[in-house]
Amino acid sequence: MTEQKNILNINKWIDNYADYLYNYTISRVNNSDLAKDLVQETFFSGLKSAKNFQGKATERTWLVSILKRKIIDYYRKINSKKGKAEVRMNFYDDGENEGNWLEERVPQSWDNASEKNIENEELKNQLEACINKLPEKYAMVFRMKTVQEFETEEICKELGITSSNLWVMIHRARTQLRKCMEDNWFNN
Amino acid sequence: MFKTLKITCDQATTICDKNQYGEASIKELIKLNIHLIICRICIRYSKQNVTLSNFYKGYSKNCKGIAHCMSVEDKEALKASLAQNK
Repeated sequence: MTEQKNILNINKWIDNYADYLYNYTISRVNNSDLAKDLVQETFFSGLKSAKNFQGKATERTWLVSILKRKIIDYYRKINSKKGKAEVRMNFYDDGENEGNWLEERVPQSWDNASEKNIENEELKNQLEACINKLPEKYAMVFRMKTVQEFETEEICKELGITSSNLWVMIHRARTQLRKCMEDNWFNN
Repeated sequence: MFKTLKITCDQATTICDKNQYGEASIKELIKLNIHLIICRICIRYSKQNVTLSNFYKGYSKNCKGIAHCMSVEDKEALKASLAQNK
């Protein structure tokens, strides 16, 4: 009976859940085309496995669980294809100076910090630009943690990473963002 | 004992970043503060980090307020391709 009910509702899936799923996706990947693709794939997968739907959870929860798999697959893909080369280092990673600041990446003082401390549209755009310059996986983790303010545990579970893994990524994202803001906002 | 308390700038700033979310442990904070006694660069980093956190908070508030919707055309296209695959 649940099966029948489910088939009936497929026609309404898009009206009922497309926006919710799209919003859910975009807060994680921040790319509208990609989000559309992931939502579409979710509906396709849902359609394919509709007969497996047991009605234990609501339809929406069930679709979100499919979508979560799609997002984790996407995360794995960007995690494996982008190597270390893309990451700009801020610290020496070996030798006697290991863990020290790279000379050219040492934080400079922000002389005009007080006048640059106003929040406006321009600042928002600059932040957006800097975040978009990050390697995809760092941007994704940074957004989830800082912009969407998810719990650490939730992100780790969703992306299948450990918390120390997450903090290293946040750290790299933030050091890179700091440099980007220094160059483009404070000392430009 | 002191050896375990000594950390690099990379580790110190990692703790500093973690602390921006209030999730650094007491042990980590002790290590960080000992490092900050001897490292002026990381002190500067910590201060700037607070400024940036405030920026991010403002940015976050701004972003969270926006609800994203799919356009009607996108939905229609999606419906059509879903119908084909039924």
